[in-house]
Amino acid sequence: MCGATKGGPSTEGLDLAEAAVVQGVVVRGGQPVGNAYVRLLDGSGEFTAEVPTSATGQFRFFAAPGRWTVRTLAPKADAVDRQVEATLGEVADIEVSL
Amino acid sequence: MSDNNRERVLVDPDWVESHLADDKIVLVEVDEDTSAYDKNHIRGAVRLDWKKDLQDPVRRDFVDKAAFEALLSQRGISNDDTVVLYGGNNNWFAAYAYWYFKLYGHDDVRLLDGGRKKWELDSRELVPDKAERPTTTYTAKDQDRSIRAFRDEVEAAIGQKNLVDVRSPDEYAGRLLAPAHLPQEQSQRPGHIPTAANIPWSQAANDDGTFKSDDELSTLYGDKGVDLGKDTIAYCRIGERSAHTWFVLHELLGQPNVKNYDGSWTEWGSLVGVPIALGDTP
Repeated sequence: MCGATKGGPSTEGLDLAEAAVVQGVVVRGGQPVGNAYVRLLDGSGEFTAEVPTSATGQFRFFAAPGRWTVRTLAPKADAVDRQVEATLGEVADIEVSL
Repeated sequence: MSDNNRERVLVDPDWVESHLADDKIVLVEVDEDTSAYDKNHIRGAVRLDWKKDLQDPVRRDFVDKAAFEALLSQRGISNDDTVVLYGGNNNWFAAYAYWYFKLYGHDDVRLLDGGRKKWELDSRELVPDKAERPTTTYTAKDQDRSIRAFRDEVEAAIGQKNLVDVRSPDEYAGRLLAPAHLPQEQSQRPGHIPTAANIPWSQAANDDGTFKSDDELSTLYGDKGVDLGKDTIAYCRIGERSAHTWFVLHELLGQPNVKNYDGSWTEWGSLVGVPIALGDTP
């Protein structure tokens, strides 16, 4: 069980029984980026959801199990794509470096 | 003709920057994340909260005409003002507010193309201080029901009109009940309305949140079997993403009879006895 977070928001109090969580943090030069936009694309590349990062650069999606692409857009940076596998009952935690 | 439509209903960030000092142009931020405004916003912009301000606190419905009048008066919006709406997430909730302003008959409403995201990605100015506008006496019209669909009309439209389900493919097929960044809750049953085409609302927008060209948009809907010669009803989960699609079909492409079914899947998926389809095909 990978409940322990790395860069993403705390999973304390999160009911993971029915959730496949994809979350993480966006950083630039080791510093969190609080004005980025993170997009979740499904296995066919279709857009599913988008969230702005928090002041601490964090984001979270409640996805379905499967393969996803996390696309990050931020001012003065090229878009960054990361592949993620989401699993029911688990938290996939990634760090996106711009 | 649709080029003219764009001029009438869309503005770009440069236009907004050059009109920041114009009192008759009111910038209104409407965000899914209603706290984004508190952090910062475009200079002079006021906020509308899609939940607290635009939904009846007791019944599942919109605020009535008198409450809408009181709201706009309090925000300092006049009937002859040009209202420019913007928000995050491809203008999702701003497009909903646009439809809502049209429902109550506001004359000149526009969307900032790309919304808050494009503005931020361009590194344009955002300020934290709250804007104050002197109160007005706003007069709304009766709801324009030609752009709002209710459940009986939707049931009668199965196999007759275009039904466009603008949720994500997983919601359409019944694998998810809500968008992937929101908790899993809402309707009793998953799936979609039989015969509805699945054209996710977000396909109408580029990555930076701006709308695709008219040609790209016509191709998008045409390729998914939407007969642009027929009347159309769009729906999603709670009627907000489908307001974005209503904007594309009715305001950008100039389709005459397009309605937003704001009851959407949270109503349909909880109704007793209505037909439901599961899986990836209509």
